[in-house]
Amino acid sequence: MLSDRRPILLTNARIIDPSRNLDFPGDLLIADGVIREAKQGIGAAGVPEGTEIVDCKGKVVAPGLTDMRAFVGEPGAEYRETFASASQAAAAGGVTTIVCQPNTNPAIDEPAVVDFVLRRARDTAIVHVHPMAALTKGLKGDEMAEIGLLKAAGAVAFTNGAVSVTNAQVMRRALTYARDFDALIVHHTEDPDLIGDGVMNEGEFAARLGLIGTPKAAETIMLERDMRLVGLTGGRYHAASVTCPESLSVLQRAKEEGYAVTASASINHLTLNEVDVGSYRTFCKLTPPLRAEQDRAALVAALASGLVDVVMSDHDPQDVETKRLPFAEAEPGAIGIETMLVAGLRLVHNGEIELAALLKALSTRPAELLGLPGGTLRPGSAADVIVIDLDTPWVRDRDDLKSKCKNTPFDEARLTGRVVRTIVAGRTVYEFV
Amino acid sequence: MNIVQKSSFVLSQRHLLGIEGLSRDEIVGLLDLAGEFVDLNRQIEKKRASLRGRTQVNLFFEVSTRTQASFELAGKRLGADVMNMSTNSSSMRKGETLIDTAVTLNAMRPDIIVVRHHASGAVELLARKIDCSVINAGDGSHEHPTQALLDALTIRRNKGRIEGLTVTICGDILHSRVARSNIILLNTLGARVRVVAPSTLLPPGIERFGVEVCRDMRQGLRDADIVMMLRLQRERMNGSFVPSLQEYAAYFGLNAKTFAYAKPDALVMHPGPMNRGVEIDSEVADGAQSLIREQVEMGVAVRMAVLEALSRTLPNA
Repeated sequence: MLSDRRPILLTNARIIDPSRNLDFPGDLLIADGVIREAKQGIGAAGVPEGTEIVDCKGKVVAPGLTDMRAFVGEPGAEYRETFASASQAAAAGGVTTIVCQPNTNPAIDEPAVVDFVLRRARDTAIVHVHPMAALTKGLKGDEMAEIGLLKAAGAVAFTNGAVSVTNAQVMRRALTYARDFDALIVHHTEDPDLIGDGVMNEGEFAARLGLIGTPKAAETIMLERDMRLVGLTGGRYHAASVTCPESLSVLQRAKEEGYAVTASASINHLTLNEVDVGSYRTFCKLTPPLRAEQDRAALVAALASGLVDVVMSDHDPQDVETKRLPFAEAEPGAIGIETMLVAGLRLVHNGEIELAALLKALSTRPAELLGLPGGTLRPGSAADVIVIDLDTPWVRDRDDLKSKCKNTPFDEARLTGRVVRTIVAGRTVYEFV
Repeated sequence: MNIVQKSSFVLSQRHLLGIEGLSRDEIVGLLDLAGEFVDLNRQIEKKRASLRGRTQVNLFFEVSTRTQASFELAGKRLGADVMNMSTNSSSMRKGETLIDTAVTLNAMRPDIIVVRHHASGAVELLARKIDCSVINAGDGSHEHPTQALLDALTIRRNKGRIEGLTVTICGDILHSRVARSNIILLNTLGARVRVVAPSTLLPPGIERFGVEVCRDMRQGLRDADIVMMLRLQRERMNGSFVPSLQEYAAYFGLNAKTFAYAKPDALVMHPGPMNRGVEIDSEVADGAQSLIREQVEMGVAVRMAVLEALSRTLPNA
């Protein structure tokens, strides 16, 4: 085991620590699973014997990413994804902590299932895994789940998956009750009645394709309702996936009111738009749907300004049987955990966002919101660290993906930069050579 | 041996609709009078004649065992003719029907009507339509004055006082008429009142009731002299107000461990009926520091005191 966990010195690196707004050339020393030092000129002389010395040649060293929204199929849909396969994909994408979702079978709505998830992940995953638990029993939206006991068992937040809790009374009581336990509620905001039979963003493009659209208002109305309830209850709330400027202004107002409100955007909505649906590409069928280009641009601007706090993958593995169907009949969802960071680098290379701001939304902010270690390079913190090559161009080939399912909207995409090393708790779990 | 009645306390109002509106002296007067009835009730000869010839109707729109039995015994021991009317609440509609019932009963010339109703304010509405005395035996989530009086009597007999004590009321404050009446009474007599519950079971504005609000047992029970547990209705523990019975018991149940947060000589109370293993564990409910059975005994005495005090103001008294 000693060789497994021998100290690592990353030299000649560009060290970016979004938790402390640091960006400097230097070295980073890891020993015993902990970051010892991050500074200029540690040098090979001052490190413990047996240290693995890695010359980063100017590449970026950053905190490992925390993916706040990734579906893993355990228990119940192991054919779609397991903790083993999801964690391999995560490691290759620079994600050192996966926050898995409760819409499993059975749902993660009892402490015993939380316990199962944590044990399975401990035995089979190569990155950290923390479950979100169901906000309501069976994710049915009518009875609140055991928020106190689930949190004590290890659930890091509470969500109803990709379905809104339509009953405002249930939501009010859940927010009220969760506040006593300082539990975070993560809510997918889409009014199911307004979604109706909609399968993509409402507008000209949907009309031309002859597909039924979903209005942006479906998302904004539910978010607006939730903000009123947060104001009423004082609960801690996180919007699971915002996609349009109308939602952003609701969010802005709530933050100005001083509500404990934060929000995520998925990597898909930040880097793709409705035109990517093209000729009925089902891998681009998502909930909420991909929006118009001006919506995407507004979302990126909100990420850059910090209004949107977190970027997540919304990783949702679907096999060919649920995707190789007419667009309207196909399941929504795309995998993303492995491609999230490099897709985000597109925004950096296009000058739409600073690298440090992107990394903050991928690592520091989600860890802070969930109360998890990680997301920082502060000496003494857990050694969840990644090395990023910003410059090498390459083409995504779905067959190289580690995930069990290959439903990526980035198949054959030209990308620039990639993760070359992922270190979890001081141990290298992925290396690109 | 017959006990000579010393107290000549008279309640200045015709009805007892709530603790709200009673003065400190009136509460103490009722408790003193009730204290005398405790002694009477422990004799073989429990019967008195102060209500002889009077008709008492127990009108219960909501099922009750102990309160109804307690009022029935109280009336009978004072010599009244007692009639019980338990109305299936589903067959009775609010509003006009309630008033019609009141008018009908009124025509039969009772002297005292004891009313329990599932709607807050229903007892007061009925009292306005009736000539005789009305005693509130619990209206919705509003008041249950005789319960608060019997709780106060129980505390006073065991602690020697009420003023200065720390009394913690735990559980479903939102729906509890017992909590409301107790908060008012205990504050009037100078106790320090705390409530402990999850936020979903606390009414908005509760902090303006003159109570200290806590959301966990350790904080709420610290240095408490009296721990008063409330019943949690089963329909409220399945995800609507609290997630489950298990979770409620884990965080808000009184057991030997949580009871230890209170003072070593703290006493525990419960208005009944108990959900054993949910809001209260048997080891505490049946333990040496439990006053739960004594509360039931005090109930009869307090109701006798209320009937007696009201009867002294009745016409022809």
